[in-house]
Amino acid sequence: MSIPASATADLPLAAEAPAAADALAPARWRTAARRFLRHPAGLVGLVLVAVVAGAALLADVIAPSDPFRTVAGPLQAPSRAHLMGTDNLGRDMLGAVVHGARTSMVVVLGVAVLSSVVGLAVGVVAGYRGGWVDDVLMRITELFQAIPRFFLVLLIVALFGAGVDHLIYVLALTSWPTLARVTRSETLSLRDREYVDAARSIGATDRRIVIRHIVPNVLPTALVVIALTGSRVILLEASLSFLGLGDPSVMSWGYLVANAQRFLRVAWWMSVFPGLAIAIAVLGINLMSDALNDVLAGPSNRASRRRGRRSRNR
Amino acid sequence: MTWRYVVRRLLQVLPAVASILVVTFAIVHAAPGDPVVAVAGENGDKAYYDFMRAKFGLDRPLPAQFLTYSTDVLRGDLGVSYVQGERVSTLIAERVPATLLLMGTALVASTLGGIVLGALAARRPFGPFDLTVSTVALIGYALPVFWMAQLAMLTIAFRTGWFPIQGMTTARATYAGLAHWADVGRHLALPALVLAASEIALVTRIARTGILTEMRQDYVRVAESKGLSASGALVHHALRNALLPIVTVVGSRIGFLFSGAVLVETVFGWPGLGRLVLSAAQTRDHPVLLGMVLLVAFSLVLSNLLTDLLYARVDPRIRYR
Repeated sequence: MSIPASATADLPLAAEAPAAADALAPARWRTAARRFLRHPAGLVGLVLVAVVAGAALLADVIAPSDPFRTVAGPLQAPSRAHLMGTDNLGRDMLGAVVHGARTSMVVVLGVAVLSSVVGLAVGVVAGYRGGWVDDVLMRITELFQAIPRFFLVLLIVALFGAGVDHLIYVLALTSWPTLARVTRSETLSLRDREYVDAARSIGATDRRIVIRHIVPNVLPTALVVIALTGSRVILLEASLSFLGLGDPSVMSWGYLVANAQRFLRVAWWMSVFPGLAIAIAVLGINLMSDALNDVLAGPSNRASRRRGRRSRNR
Repeated sequence: MTWRYVVRRLLQVLPAVASILVVTFAIVHAAPGDPVVAVAGENGDKAYYDFMRAKFGLDRPLPAQFLTYSTDVLRGDLGVSYVQGERVSTLIAERVPATLLLMGTALVASTLGGIVLGALAARRPFGPFDLTVSTVALIGYALPVFWMAQLAMLTIAFRTGWFPIQGMTTARATYAGLAHWADVGRHLALPALVLAASEIALVTRIARTGILTEMRQDYVRVAESKGLSASGALVHHALRNALLPIVTVVGSRIGFLFSGAVLVETVFGWPGLGRLVLSAAQTRDHPVLLGMVLLVAFSLVLSNLLTDLLYARVDPRIRYR
């Protein structure tokens, strides 16, 4: 029996269309943005991140001179001239901290972009194609998760050298597996939804289905994971430079805290301000990711997550 | 616990070990720089380099080299430190006890503390105490552990003067027996407190969620309907079952405890693996860092295995997946 073309236009297909377009629609993101701004944690997180990002962007305005240059006497307590005091070499701590923000933000952005591209690609392909492709990709993902990140990163940086570019590659290399796994399980739950079937039945190519229907719907969950990756990366970068494995040619918060160690008794400000900067950045991103989780996981998403979990248990 | 489960779980160790060996071998091989030039210097002639290459087996095909590497590692031979000229396994073994003491103390303290805090928070969900605990935990997550260590020095050690801030024993003191351990304990208190504080948020959250889930179960309601008070039901019934998930995460926490211990040790001058890692990081002493990667990775495999078996022993519902 052949179905007239006009009939399919009105029937289930049309009913499913809004659900498919749902994630793509700017309206949904606008609603999410509005709810995010009304979310107390989201707002506080946004402000904290904005402070750090602003400091990073305006580093040259706030502290125009080279942060490594001696500008005053050594170990001066915070004063009007030097709001965060000076370090053992008479360098301005405020300048060091804002230039450290720049390093931290560059590393986080670089890692976020690289690991998102790899993680999303691997996760979507593995989940959508299934079969041996899925098996191979997931075994590779597990390979990268077999070793604790901190020590793996230490070894790689020591072997390959510590520049900001290296740091970004290494941290991205160890960051994408979590996102890949989450993306894969989301894709698995989306792959057999009615609207994807509907798109397939009207002849959409795999590429179109993935780009128009899978990726936009994976994105909300992925964003939460990416944000959490960001805060982990800040802590990892700080720990690395604390141990002397950061890029020596740029200021970084971990280096500043390590440098404060010998002067702890006489110059608390050398430790307190850079440490506070790390805490503010990490707390801000964590709060934002909490709020994103609340705001973006709409009813449709929550249902999909339940479905995903059930299928994994089987 | 069935034997079938035990065997299956033991077999799962093999791919994990293989992954660790493959990844570390690949990383060391992909690293720039010729190891022969690094050892023999820049000025050797080709015949000399070839001789060295043959001597260290670097002329052999990669699979053969991988096999040698794997057997060496599994036998506990981790090579020789570039800088200190000693066997890596010796260097690590010398420092493991101090680190294990610190990690063990922090593990016990954070687990007990987390259970108590979680149980107190679960008594009145979203009450003032619960909200305070979760806010503090949120902030605690954001503090880098090495900075927390410095803050502890600034706020506790310097102010009160009760705690020594460097090392494991008082220099030049000749304590023996109990007095010696009391001295170690005084040195241990602050680093262990900091390491435990960095871990306690996670345990608290798991304990709180676990207890709240269990409190909704029928058997708790039965206990309460028979006249047991809410806190009695919590302590005698819900807590026991809520403890299970806390046991399972101990395995995965070992990795964080290792990295946390390394960072805390460098601040407090604790004579464990931390200072070894610090000096190896600063001198780019790869064999030592590789040894640390292997040590932590294998510890993780082992502790995951042990917690899974323990879990299966405690909870008869666990079979295999």
